[in-house]
Amino acid sequence: MEGTVGRGCAGPVGGRQRVSERAVGGGKPGAAMRVESVINIALALTLAPLMQGVINRVKALFAGRTGQPLLQPYFDLSRLLRKSAVFSTTTSWVFRAGPMVGLGCVLVALCVLPFAGVPSVFGFGADLILLVYLFALMRFFTVAAALDTGSAFEGMGASREVLFSALSEPALLLCLLYLARTTGSLSLSDMLAQPSAITPSLILVLVALGIVYLCENARIPFDDPNTHLELTMIHEVMVLDHSGPDFAFIQYSAALKLWILGALIVGMAVPIPPALPWWLNHALYLAGMFALSVVVGMVESTMARLRLNRVPQLLVAACALSGLAFVLVLR
Amino acid sequence: MNSLSDTAMILMILSDLALLGMGVLGMHIRIIAVQGWVLGAFTLLVQHAHLTPRVAAIALVSVAVKGALYPYLLRRSVQESEAVRESKPYVGYNTSVTAGLVMVIISLWLGVRLPFAAAVDTPLVVASSLVTMFTGLALAVTRRKALTQCIGYIVFENGIYIFGMAIVGEIPMLVELGLLLDAFVAVLVMGVAIYRINRQFDHMDADELRSLRG
Repeated sequence: MEGTVGRGCAGPVGGRQRVSERAVGGGKPGAAMRVESVINIALALTLAPLMQGVINRVKALFAGRTGQPLLQPYFDLSRLLRKSAVFSTTTSWVFRAGPMVGLGCVLVALCVLPFAGVPSVFGFGADLILLVYLFALMRFFTVAAALDTGSAFEGMGASREVLFSALSEPALLLCLLYLARTTGSLSLSDMLAQPSAITPSLILVLVALGIVYLCENARIPFDDPNTHLELTMIHEVMVLDHSGPDFAFIQYSAALKLWILGALIVGMAVPIPPALPWWLNHALYLAGMFALSVVVGMVESTMARLRLNRVPQLLVAACALSGLAFVLVLR
Repeated sequence: MNSLSDTAMILMILSDLALLGMGVLGMHIRIIAVQGWVLGAFTLLVQHAHLTPRVAAIALVSVAVKGALYPYLLRRSVQESEAVRESKPYVGYNTSVTAGLVMVIISLWLGVRLPFAAAVDTPLVVASSLVTMFTGLALAVTRRKALTQCIGYIVFENGIYIFGMAIVGEIPMLVELGLLLDAFVAVLVMGVAIYRINRQFDHMDADELRSLRG
């Protein structure tokens, strides 16, 4: 656990590296690029909850219901923000820190995330490692906050979350390593800027990343985002005691995480044709994100949640797929 | 080599990993059938430059036997024995898949370094044949059910087939037919044996056979 805290310190170190990196390769990103990078962040901040809305709508369509409005996640967020938070007397500052650190982590992750072929705002040499560890830090604080409540139920969820993330993290890292190997760069901005040819190994990586995507975001074959008070749930059980603005932070960071990992998948799957105007690129990517949400919604409506002891098997399969792809490009 | 046969080899490796990671017998049989079809396609792909009627006949026979006949016979024995899935393998599924992945790395390493690699266009072929053989061996050694062990035997034969097809080019038809016949007899014998074991002991768990000792 101490290791996880230590990993969080990668931030400032990375920051220093970034400054030197920018000084070295300063000529490449022009002033216009920077504006587009900021636009990308604004896009993510505004559109991330919409992805959840689309997923919910697709699920409703499959079930033959009208479903909640597309903007329901926004309504939920504003409702939660207007409420006041209730804190149990047994909790300490760790419990209050959890949601804020989580939101901070995804916001920083957003800064190193390239989108639609536009480099990220703070991209530097090896920011893919930072991205993975930011998610680890966020998970650590969510777990710590859950344990801080002293509830046995939340401790159970925390234990499951840590077990599954220990298996999904290697798969995510192997996918990113594959990308680093094929593009010859360790920076996310460079890795996702090059159009990737559709090869068998890329398909393996996309499937593995899709499994990781569903697991990391607590979607259906692993966890059901809609259930509460059920013995098989993982992520939702850890945030049961958060209320008001804190819960809004958690919901919002979950939406942003859905967006960030989705942008990774779309960035790998959608080949960017060069010499397209930037707004067309963005339209292409947003369409990709929309398609991804529809696919997630379809997976959730057609699949049942896995039995808990089968979940590690699926995650090991994801590790095997990404490991195989990595070995294939390594030779 | 063209990327199509590379894709076929990746499919072989993937199906091997799936065999190692799964315990449902019906799924195993389906994967065996897929391997048979992939092998038939691979035969045509690897020999597409000089496609003789003989090569076509080998491909056809291998698809017919491995893609249709074996699955049919195996499925029948499954129905007779009423077993659905592998019970408690000696080595767990996750460990098996990890071992398979390590084997992929070792065989890719070997595929580049073995002296005959010059004759093969891609080390992936050697690698996938070695991985397939390893998978067959692992299935035969680490699983309890007689049926899975039989499937391991067939998978092992598939590995030898890839090896021969890629390294020797045109293996003598007679050798290939002999191999096929061997595996065929094995499946038949297994089928009968499974039936007998099953009728005698109400299951086909090979581990329990030691109670036969006097």
